[in-house]
This record gives sequence, structure tokens and C-alpha cells, in this order.
Amino acid sequence: MTAIRAVNLHKRYAGTPAVADLSFAVEPGRVTGFLGPNGAGKSTTMRMILGLDRPSGGTALVDGRPYHELRHPLRKVGALLDAKAVHGGRSARNHLLAIAQSNGIPASRVNEVLEAVGLREVARRRVGGFSLGMSQRLGIAAALLGDPEILIFDEPVNGLDPDGILWIRRLMRKLAAEGRTVFVSSHLMSEMAQTADHLIVIGRGRLIADTSVEEFIGRSSQGYVRVRSPRLAEVAELIKAGEPDGDHLRVTAMSTLEIGTITAGAGIPLEELTFVQPSLEAAYMELTKNSLEFTS
Amino acid sequence: MIDILRSEWTKIRSVRSTVWTLAVTAVLMLGFSALTNASARGAAGGPVPGWQAIILGLTGTMLASLSMATLGVLVISSEYRTGGIRTSIMAVPRRMSLLTGKIVLFVAVSLVVCTVASAAAIGVGVAISQPPSIEMGEVARSSLGSGLYLTACGLFGLGLGTLIRHTPGAIVSAIALILVLPTMANQLPGEWGASVAAYFTTNAGLLVVSGQGNGTLGPWSGFAVYLAWVAAAVLAGAVLMQRRDA
Repeated sequence: MTAIRAVNLHKRYAGTPAVADLSFAVEPGRVTGFLGPNGAGKSTTMRMILGLDRPSGGTALVDGRPYHELRHPLRKVGALLDAKAVHGGRSARNHLLAIAQSNGIPASRVNEVLEAVGLREVARRRVGGFSLGMSQRLGIAAALLGDPEILIFDEPVNGLDPDGILWIRRLMRKLAAEGRTVFVSSHLMSEMAQTADHLIVIGRGRLIADTSVEEFIGRSSQGYVRVRSPRLAEVAELIKAGEPDGDHLRVTAMSTLEIGTITAGAGIPLEELTFVQPSLEAAYMELTKNSLEFTS
Repeated sequence: MIDILRSEWTKIRSVRSTVWTLAVTAVLMLGFSALTNASARGAAGGPVPGWQAIILGLTGTMLASLSMATLGVLVISSEYRTGGIRTSIMAVPRRMSLLTGKIVLFVAVSLVVCTVASAAAIGVGVAISQPPSIEMGEVARSSLGSGLYLTACGLFGLGLGTLIRHTPGAIVSAIALILVLPTMANQLPGEWGASVAAYFTTNAGLLVVSGQGNGTLGPWSGFAVYLAWVAAAVLAGAVLMQRRDA
């Protein structure tokens, strides 16, 4: 059963499209990364899934239904959008209690999730004084309250220290391993490479890729050989491949051994002969370079 | 709906602004009653008539209406300010149920607190001015009228808060509609102006506190007119809340 489905979603703000004809499905039992540069429309899409923003066209379904038709939505879907979007004057416990009560979730569950995210000690403190890391944990506690099958996190690691990042990664892996659906957005490919099984990549509100992480890496990571030599022009002439790139030659059609054999045979000294494995980040940049809203 | 009411009760009781605005309301009611009754007793040089002691006992209603309107605004605008409204709507995606829950809970809390504060204000006033006799039925009617009036003012604030979503903007609008514009309407010239003034928000609404008509409207018809103003603000807010992105 598909947990989240977007069908031809559109969203325009004052005529400017933020999301355009976006369709994808998010399946249970794995972490699905929702990847795209800042301003690509990730948060807007998540808000439409959660019934906060009204789509200009198309539909977003959760468990086969529009979100607003769910009777006790928090028992089905838990979401963390903006960790700082809480009333600072309320204690962590009361904040969670009000959320729990609205969905008929027993008050005992509040203590359980506070314990689970490590905030039990500060349960009675006003959340206005929480650090970003603590707020993030509180937001995750709220998402876990209803023991939901579907979890949606918008940029959960933003601004966290390494400990916090590791904790969230492990949590997401664990939730997916329990068979839940985990849909998490990020603008960092490196982050998604560590946690996600599947990727939905968007740029300028449009779908760019909907693929497994392995496939994404395999498809986009074509390596090349970097050759530097004081007699670079001769090397280029000799191997009849590669293109000059600054002070070096970039060769994709030959291996280091092939190039080395040829130049050694001709007695040309080499300064460098390296196989360069492009990073995932580079592959992602390549994929989204045409869809960046702002380029530096 | 019970779930939503329990949740809203937790929300309203767990922030300081609720305690503060309610405390200010009570202090204004009691304080003005004590001051005006003391000065009336001094001016009369003897006992003050019972009906006058009751009316003076509710002098604080004018300003308390603003503290209650502020609480009404904050019930919703604080959620828009913090972004907590998104959490609320995710929990209760039927937005009209969410708004109804807020309204019902606010009205219940406000009616209890404001009616008790009004009765206490009259009690304090009577204790100070010591009228020879007092009609208990009139005390009860005035307290209830004042409680209803203050609650309607709070609901006016809640409606404006939903409509405007911005705390200072909504509070300024509430002050204008509750205090400033009704006074200005009284300056309108001619018969036409007098009719507008009679029907204008609190000019009509305050009749239920004094229990006397203003020539055009009686106490309860005046309150009904005021409720129509409040309903207009709440309905406009509800329509926009339903349609707007959260």
C-alpha cells in the first residue's frame, strides 16, 4: 500500500509556480529522501500533503485519502516541519499534551515520547528556552506521539550538532526498519546518501528523478582520469582522447593504465595520473544545475 | 469535539497571557468599583442608592472589555505568530472544528471568570458605599449582563484575531471597534447619525450591562445587535481561515 501519493500537484503563489505537475509515490518500509536545492518546492509539497496549503491543482493522498479526511490524523501521520514553530511560553509537557488530547492519544504517551527523545528531564521547562537541538527533539516527539505509520520530516538535521545529526539518522533508519514510511527532505545530497534508500529529486517544483540511491549513484557517477604533464599538448596528441581543463587533461575513455602505458612508451614525463571518482554531491549538482533558483 | 475542547483547555491554561489578561480584567473590575463607589459615597455625604451602587460597581467594564478582547485575540493570533497554528491544523485538519473548539472553550472560560468578577466588583462596591437596600435580582442580572458583554468583547477579539492573524493589528482593531469608533459615532450629526450611533458595536452592547434601553434599543435587543457585529467578525475570520494556506 502506497503511503503517500502526489498526483499532478501544482502550487502557484501569486502566479509564480512553486510546484508544477509533480507526481510521485512514497512506499513504506524505507527512508525516502526528498531532495532538491533551496526553493525547489520541497516544503510546499509537504505542506500540501499535510493539508496545510491548498494545491492549485492535482491531489496529495495519504494512505489513499486526502489528509483532511483522516479522523485522528496524528495516529496515521506524524510530521516535523518547523521545530521552532511552538508557543515559547508553554512547557514541553503541556505542548505535547495539547497535541495528544486533540487526537485522543492517552496522556501517558506524552511521557513515553519525552523519554524516547531524551527530554524527560526538561519536560516542565518552557520551550522558549530550548536550543535548536532540543526543539528539534521536541518536534520529533510530537511526530511520534500517535505512533504513526507515516513520518514526514522537513530538513530535520538543519542546524544540529554532529550528535544530533547521528541521532536523527539512526532514528529514521529504525523507523523505516519497523516497516514505517519515512519521507524526509534535505537540500544536502551527502546527508541523503547516508540515510535514504530511495530518492525523489525535484528542482524548480518539477520532478527530476525518482530512483533508488544505488541507481542514482550508478547512473550519474562516471569517473574520469586527470592527467598533468609539462608536455600536455603532446600527451593529448598521443592518446587522442580527453579534453583540456585548465592545467590538466580530463580523460573519460581510457583507464590510468592505458594512458600510462602510452606516455611511458613515448617517454613523456607525467606529473599526475589520477582516477577521479565524482562525489555524490557532484552528481547531484550536475543533475540539478539547470534548476537552481539562485546561482552564485 | 470533546478531544478538541480538552486540547484547547490545555493550551489556554498553560500560557501566562491567559492568567495575566484574566487577572487584569478582575483587577480593573474590582478597582474601578471600589474607586467610584468610594467617591460617590463621599460626594453624597451619606448612603448611595442601591441601583447606583450596582451601576458604579460595573464601571470597570469599559476597560475590562479591552483586556478580554486582548485574550480573545491571543487565543488565535499567538498560534499564527509562532507558527503553532500548523501543528494545530495538522492535529485537527477540519479547521472549522478547530475554530469552534477554540470559541466554545473561550466562551466558557470567559463567562465564568467575567460573571464572577462582575459579581465580586458589585460586592466590593456595595461594601464600600453601603446603600440602605439592594435588590439581589438586579445584582444577578447586572453581573450576568456584564459577564455576557465582556465575553462578547473577547469573542470580538477572537474573530478579529482569526481575520487579521497579527497580534498588534488585531488588538488595535479591537480597541477601535470597542472603544474609539463607538464614541466617535456618538458625534455623528442628525437623526441618521443617532441611529448609526445607537447600533454601533458597544453602544448597543453595553445596554445589557446597565439594563436600560437607549431609546432605540432595549438591553437584550442591544446585546443581540452587538452579537451580530461579533458574529460578522468571527464569520469573516472563519471563511478566510478555511480558504487561506496555513
